[in-house]
Amino acid sequence: MRSRIFRLLGADDEDDSDADQPAVRTDGGTATGDAASTDSQSRAGRLLGSEFVQSLPFWLPAGLLVGLFVYGAIGWNFLISLTDWQGLRTPTYDSFDFDMYTRFFEAVFQGGLLSGPQEYWALRNTFVLLIVFTVAALVVGLLLAILVDRDIRFENTFRTIYLLPMSLSFVVTAIFWAWMYNPTTGLINEGMRLVGLGGFTQQWISDPQFKLFAVMFALVWQFSGYAMVVYLAGLRAIPTEQYEAAKVDGASLVTMYRRTIIPQLRASTTSAAVVLMVFALKAFDFLYVMFGTRPGPSADILAMMMYRESFGTTNWAYGSAIAMILFALALGVIAPYLYLQFKRGEL
Amino acid sequence: MAANRSSSLPWNRIGLYAALLALVAFYLSPLESAIMTAFKTQTGFFETSPIAPPGASTFTLDAWGQAFDRLRSGLVNSILFTVPATLLSATFGSLVAYGLTNTKWRGQAFVLVLLIAGIFIPYQSVLVPLSRFWAIVDPASVFSWLPPVANHSGLLALAVTHTAYGIPITTLLFRAHYQSLDDSMLEAARLDGATIRRIYTRIVLPLSIPMFAVALIYQFTNIWNDLLFALVLVQNPSNDVVTISLTSLQGSMVSQYNLQMAGAFITALPTLLVYIFFGEQFAEGVAGGGA
Repeated sequence: MRSRIFRLLGADDEDDSDADQPAVRTDGGTATGDAASTDSQSRAGRLLGSEFVQSLPFWLPAGLLVGLFVYGAIGWNFLISLTDWQGLRTPTYDSFDFDMYTRFFEAVFQGGLLSGPQEYWALRNTFVLLIVFTVAALVVGLLLAILVDRDIRFENTFRTIYLLPMSLSFVVTAIFWAWMYNPTTGLINEGMRLVGLGGFTQQWISDPQFKLFAVMFALVWQFSGYAMVVYLAGLRAIPTEQYEAAKVDGASLVTMYRRTIIPQLRASTTSAAVVLMVFALKAFDFLYVMFGTRPGPSADILAMMMYRESFGTTNWAYGSAIAMILFALALGVIAPYLYLQFKRGEL
Repeated sequence: MAANRSSSLPWNRIGLYAALLALVAFYLSPLESAIMTAFKTQTGFFETSPIAPPGASTFTLDAWGQAFDRLRSGLVNSILFTVPATLLSATFGSLVAYGLTNTKWRGQAFVLVLLIAGIFIPYQSVLVPLSRFWAIVDPASVFSWLPPVANHSGLLALAVTHTAYGIPITTLLFRAHYQSLDDSMLEAARLDGATIRRIYTRIVLPLSIPMFAVALIYQFTNIWNDLLFALVLVQNPSNDVVTISLTSLQGSMVSQYNLQMAGAFITALPTLLVYIFFGEQFAEGVAGGGA
């Protein structure tokens, strides 16, 4: 079993040296009989001196914390999602079924109209956020990286400014952007009036048509600097000769970037995209501050719905089921990436 | 890209700098608008442009004083749980990364991947169990022998929770660093009979100090900025952390934008200072999160 997991993870199974054996088969040698006891003695000796035992004090306390609070909690959450726990009583774990999941997906497939079930909108908006925000942040980040990489003066200053929003919390940025989007005195509408686009001013965060867009715009502001940092590292890894060669060939800047540079940034794109998607899944704080727990169908997301169901209406089991769906979504994004990183030995 | 300067037409350069400066305006405008608003009187910000500085009749410092008064206890509470959680998660990360990078045994890589994968777990998927857990295990009663802790159940719960959730990312940060260490030096120490523990304290730890700076800065920002765990784990209003105090400031004072903006800046100040003084290390931590 263990080794199958390892083959799945792509770990090297080769170094099956004797000294390592007892480490994983700790209670394998407790048989009775003389021969067995000397065997187990030497095993114990080898075990105590093994690197496994020496490494325990380093990782075991942290491992227990993570095991309990992260993996234990997820397991417990899954268990709760199989019950019908709601209200203020304590949970009972006597009957388990997938009713909560059935309920969720039945609601999703009924959906479509704005008056339709919140499940549909929460799921749809989560996907929109994941994809549109991530792509937009990648594009802006790439643009920033290319501009900053073009041998400019004060490069550090520009880079620092573009990354600055990332040091702020969602709570703070949501307050700033609620002010930016304020229909009468906010900078967005004010600026549009200033440049003669007064006819296009909107109630950005109260109009269902623009809500989610407004949120994503602010999130791009906050996180495009992150994509820039990743892309800059990718750009710096490309040898200068390639720029020279493109110039000798008479390629224009745009052609050079499109044909030779950007295709080489695939690894940067993947790693930046994964992390940006994680940010998108965490956008709860931002929406909570901007809209409260009821952003309406046009800006509802799974994370918000989960919070509302659990801590608002005390539908604990249902909230936990939504949380598991969110977890599955995160896993779908992350697992292939982690697997590849691990296989390439980059983890 | 050193070769570009000579060949580019000056107009290209001018366009480039114009684009860079326009982007600076875009990235700084929310902060600029907020800071100007925070210095204006209650009616002042309705009369002036959101980016214009306050005039003589609209300038006031009242919003800052008021916001600080209302956020004071939140700031203290945030420091109380952020500092230990930051220190502990960085320390654990260093220990785990070393213990699982420099030893060889079956299962080592598996444990490492499990610990690092925790980075990507959405907090929502553990929220209900965590709230149950901290309702059953009252941290204040567990630590009742520690007098200053007795009235701070919520903060203790936050400190422990954030420590646990910080370990994956700090492990990843230190892991990258320890992989780049000079193997021959560690091998030599090993051949001289040094134990793993001795190699860590004598060689690796002193070499980890720059990485500790990165991990501490990154974790401080993460933990200070969190809202979700605090929303769920802090039940006693006297334990409210600063992000929660700030949302209540916003909720109850709908039209007092000057107060909200001043409050937002006060809340952001610690991480802004960290960013201004340790920008490089912050960027390194940020990049490490995506490694």
